[in-house]
Formats: sequence, C-alpha cells, structure tokens
Amino acid sequence: MSAAPQKAKAGAEKIAVTVSAVVPLNDLVTRFEFTRTDGADFPPFSAGAHTVVEMRDGDRTRLNPYSLMSDPADRSIYAISVRRDDQGRGGSLFMHTNVKVGDQMTLTYPVNLFPLDLRAKKHVFFAGGIGITPFKAMIAQLEQSNGNWELHYACRTPALGTYADELAEKYANKVHIYYDDQSQAIPLEDLLDGQPLGTHIYVCGPAGMIDWVHATATAHGWPSENVHSEEFLAPQPGKPFEVRLCQSDITIQVGEHESLLEAMERCGVDAPFLCRGGACGQCETDVVEADGEFVHRDHWLDDEDHASGKKIMPCVSRFIGKTLVLDR
Amino acid sequence: MTIQFNNETFRDDYSFRNSDWAIKRFPFPFHEDSYMYSVNMEQHRGGPEGSVYEKRFDVDEHYLSEMRDRALVLADDPLRCQSLPHMTLAGWDTLELIMVSKSEDYPDLFELHRDGNRWRWVNKPMGIDQTFTFLDETTLPCGPLEYITRQTQGDFAVLDQRDEMLWMDAGMVTTQADWSLDFDIGMNFFEWHAPVPLAHEMGIFKRALKFLLNVQQGAPARRLNWTMTVNPLLDTSPENYHKWGIQKTTLTPENIGAKQHLRVELQTFFRLPRSNALLFPIRCYLIAFQDIVTVPKWGRRLHRVVRDLPEELATYKGFIANRPMMLDYLGQYDDGLPTSPGVWPDLGTEPPLQK
Ligand code: HEM
Ligand code: FES
Repeated sequence: MSAAPQKAKAGAEKIAVTVSAVVPLNDLVTRFEFTRTDGADFPPFSAGAHTVVEMRDGDRTRLNPYSLMSDPADRSIYAISVRRDDQGRGGSLFMHTNVKVGDQMTLTYPVNLFPLDLRAKKHVFFAGGIGITPFKAMIAQLEQSNGNWELHYACRTPALGTYADELAEKYANKVHIYYDDQSQAIPLEDLLDGQPLGTHIYVCGPAGMIDWVHATATAHGWPSENVHSEEFLAPQPGKPFEVRLCQSDITIQVGEHESLLEAMERCGVDAPFLCRGGACGQCETDVVEADGEFVHRDHWLDDEDHASGKKIMPCVSRFIGKTLVLDR
Repeated sequence: MTIQFNNETFRDDYSFRNSDWAIKRFPFPFHEDSYMYSVNMEQHRGGPEGSVYEKRFDVDEHYLSEMRDRALVLADDPLRCQSLPHMTLAGWDTLELIMVSKSEDYPDLFELHRDGNRWRWVNKPMGIDQTFTFLDETTLPCGPLEYITRQTQGDFAVLDQRDEMLWMDAGMVTTQADWSLDFDIGMNFFEWHAPVPLAHEMGIFKRALKFLLNVQQGAPARRLNWTMTVNPLLDTSPENYHKWGIQKTTLTPENIGAKQHLRVELQTFFRLPRSNALLFPIRCYLIAFQDIVTVPKWGRRLHRVVRDLPEELATYKGFIANRPMMLDYLGQYDDGLPTSPGVWPDLGTEPPLQK
C-alpha cells in the first residue's frame, strides 16, 4: 500500500527550543535547561530517554545525544547535563563555551533506548560519573509511582560528584555514594546477591564499568533480561578514508575527526539515524564492495554481521583500506 | 463536516450499511492488480482530506453502533480486555493520546479540559462528561485502557518493549479477524505471528520488528491488512467461531453481493511517551461486494487479486472454499481493461464497466 506516500526524514521529529538556564554544577559538568520556543508544553517522555541536540557551530552542524535528566512529570522544561570533554570532538566544548541563556536551538523528540522494565519489583541503579543523568529522571518517575529503587553512584571526588549531595540528602536511605579518591568502591557482588526476586539492575557509566556489571551479574547467575545498560558511544577519530555511495552516485571523503554519518550529511546525503551512538540500528547500511578492514564500534550488529563485511553502522564505525562502496 | 451516525447492527439482522460517503472513502487495500505480503509500512501523518488516513483516530458513521457492539461483546466475555499489571501506565498513555488527538481533530464532537492532573473529558456523541484525575485509576469507572477504548473504534494491542522484542501485554480486542487476545496475551512478536503462512520465510516479520522497535514518539506509522468476512460481523473471534464459521456456508450466487464483505484493517503504530510501550490500533472497515463494484476500478481489481491470490493466503484468510463463487460474482465486473495505479477510486478518470 501507499495511500499517501510521504518521504521519511532522517532522525526523530524536532522541537525548536530556547535555552532557559545554564547552571554550572562543578568544574566539568553544566546543566542546560530548555523551554519550547512556541510556548507549548514538551511532549511527555519516559525516564531513560535521550534527545539529540543540534548545535550550529559556524557552518558545521553538530548532533550530540544527551539523556534527559529533568522530571518526566514536568512538561515545562527539558534538561540535560553535559560533561566537558576537552579531548573529545568538540560538541560538549561547544555547549560549555558557546551556549547562553536565550539561545535558540533544536532538540529531537525523546527516544528511549534505556527504558525501565516496569515489571520489576525493584530497580537497582549503578551510575559512574556523568552516567548519573538518566537515573535522575528514573528516580523522579519511580518516586511518583511509588516504585522501589536504590542507587549506587561512583564519582571521582566529592567536588566532581554531580548531583551526589542533592540526591543523598533527598533520599538518604536509597542513595549510596562511592568516591574513588577515598578508595571507596561499589560492593557489587554483595549487592547482586542480596536482591529480592524480580529485581532489575541498570548501569550507565564508562565502558569498563558497564562490562564489569554485566560480567559480574552473569557470573552470579543473573538472567541477561534483568540487566540493562546504556553507553553512548562517541564516534572515535581515525584515519581519513574514501567511500563511494552508489545510490547517491557520489564519492566522499571521511575526515579524521568526523564520522562516516557526518561526512555523508556534510555532502548532502539524507542518511537515516536516531541515536548516533551505535545502539538504535537505524543507520544500518549495506556494503556493496569492500577491499580493506572494517573498524566496527557499534552495539547493534552481531558478531556474524561484523565478520560478514556486508553491513556497517556509519554513526560510529570506520574503514581502513582501498575501496569501500555503500548502498546509500 | 458533521457526521450522521448510523443506527445499525453487526449481528442478528445485520443492518450495517455503508453510505455513499463511506463507500468512496473506503480504505481499498490494493494499489495494483495483485497482492502478496510485504513490509508495507508508511508514516501516519495525515492523508487526503476526508480520507480515513487524515486523522490520527478516524471517526465515521459507524461509531456509535460499533461501540454498542463492543459493549455487548464485553458483557459476554470480559477477557476481551486485559492488561498485565505493569501495563497500567501504557493504558494512561493510550487514554491521553486518544483524548488529545480526538479533541484536537474533532473539536465539535470531543472536548478535553486539563488543569494539571484534573481532567474533564466530554464525548458528545456518546453523551459522556467525565471529570477524573489523570494517573489515578480510582477516579475512573474502569481501567484507563478499557475506559478510552470503549469509546474508540477499532481493536487495540498494547505492546511492551523489552530486550529488543515486543510483548502483547495488554489490549482491547472485540473486532478481530480470528485471533484471540486471551490466547496471545504475554506472547512476543514472533509467537503471535506463528500461524501466518509464507511471511516468516520471506523475512517479513524480522524486518517488520526492527521497524517497529524504532517507531518514535511523534512519528507514528501505519499499514493495511485485509481479509474476507461473510455478513458484516465485527466479532469474528476464535471464541465465537462456532457462531460465525458456519455462516460461510450460507453464501449463494444470489446473496453473495450483499453478504460477502471485504474486511480491511487500518493498523497504526504509536510510540507511547510515558511507558515507552507501542500502541497498535487495528481499525476494521467492512464493505459489501455489491458496494465495492460500484467503483469500476475496484471491481476490476478485486476480481484479479482474488483470482491470483496464492492458495496459502486464501486458506489462511478462510475463503478458499468460497473463492470460485466469489470469482463468478466478481468476474461480471471485470472487463479486462487496465486499472490506474494506486488505491484511490479515480471515479472521474477510470472508464465505466464495458459490459
Ligand atoms: C505490534 C504490532 C502487531 C501486532 C499486535 C500484530 C498482530 C497480529 C495478529 C494477532 C495476527 C493474527 C495471527 C493469527 O493468525 O493468529 C497478525 C497477522 C498478520 N500480521 Fe501482524 N501484528 C503486528 C504488526 C505487524 C506488522 C508490522 C506486519 C508487517 C508486515 C504484520 C504482518 C502480519 C501479516 C502479514 C499477518 C497475516 C494477515 C492475513 O493474511 O490476514 N503484522 N498480526
Ligand atoms: S544512528 Fe543509531 S546505530 Fe547508528
């Protein structure tokens, strides 16, 4: 059927917003709050969702995903907290140095790749550093529905413990903070053993922490459906390479500091995407021909797909070699 | 326009009828002269004015009668509406989506007044004026999903999304094409689709699931499905097969034009914002063969589709035994002329029947 064909746009639906507050929280992390430019309420969202922030940086458009950390019940604002990454590709630096109250920006509708499992009898959260952000929204949502939760939050130092004091004060019985500089560590094994049946655990933080929680939970007999994680992959820099896009009939160059997806967009190709972090599957692209080596970094394709050389996720993955031809 | 609601039945004396308006806007499902399963999804962002695709939840002349039929089915069998405990929030999402959509799309029929969580819902055609507290179940006469779907045409499956999979964990199902919510509740996407022939082998369900997992808030999608029903029955459920199955044997060359109906489902997909569940409304439209053939293009095309449909599909859809009689009837309306592409009736441009 095609009753009334409409061409799908890449990415999620967009919302025009105005920056309503910029709140530095510590040396590295700043919170940005947005209201809708048209004055309407934001769409409701489910805790764990992220939005993709569109930044106009000169003639370059940066698109970075951030977890929504405001209270899902408050439809007047959306808020994100951004950790400055001086070594990164510049999106977080742009937010920290250029974005001011009153600026007009564009956000996408919320997309949730890290939802609460609403069947859970209890939710146990493990956060590392800036990984606290989705849990802020989850806690707000569960507080409203009388959900059973607890948080274990590892931070480098008290000075860098984003929202640590606030959370510990508000929910003294449910929040446990661990400071690296005081050699405190999450007692993961004990925590995993002591949970009631029907508990779900959630982890958000650095890759090493996520792997540690998954591996330990598996070793302690936890079913994988009860262990949830979210890690946004930032595209990693790499050697420049050339790609032929056969549907678009152009050959493009991917620079050292841009992703394949960004290079396609720069050259005017309307390629699909949602998360831009290797998790949602939306950007999956067929390989027509390849002579070289893939650098797969996504969480979407399975090992078999990776080995086949027939698919690539352009938002995070790269290529080293002579020829790459994609069906795009 | 204001809608004139019919007073009609989908059982016993079968007084259901489509007006000329309803015939012309019927969602004819065949865009070409043949049919096979495909991953036929597209965006659900409106459609031509007056068409069934225009609004998020189409309301038509059958509204009140369909709601009466639903109430009768539920009185007999309360298990047609179920919601596992973790799906209550998705029920509120559904209620919110429908109330907001209907009050915006049909302001003369429905009103929603919101003051924080204090809501007042006015459904003028059904004579309902309800004040309640959003997210507080004790302030409604029944659960939120049941409440709103007793006032909305079409069946509803509410799918929880977990582990890269959809689970049928809630629904309101009284107008179904021979499947059962009570049987499918708790099943996943591949399990409840197990009886469908050919589509698994064609990789359709694998691709469809990937698509559905990625349906985003603010970007709903839709597709059409179809089957055949003898007599304008909404409730063709397995539970009641003993009542309607035998009616298939009552077709005669004399009554087939009036009794045999094409049954089309407009299926839509909405990401629910608070629960992250997926709402799957299945809206059923019925049309008698004698009404379809008043549109020359549709008469020609339906004959060709029914004639060439693979046997597996005709068997699964339950009309293999009646196919020869259908073809005798429809053949009278196929003069062999070519048909224009697309689903629309094209009454102004397609030639009248040449025999
Ligand atoms: C989550 C949304 C969906 C739900 C709840 C759903 C549910 C069902 C159910 C209950 C049946 C009847 C199976 C039986 O015989 O017991 C069915 C049939 C079928 N479904 Fe789905 N479905 C969904 C989405 C889709 C999508 C996206 C496709 C895309 C191709 C699809 C394709 C089909 C087909 C081809 C049939 C056979 C229909 C016929 O020939 O009459 N379904 N579906
Ligand atoms: S955009 Fe989500 S995986 Fe590439």
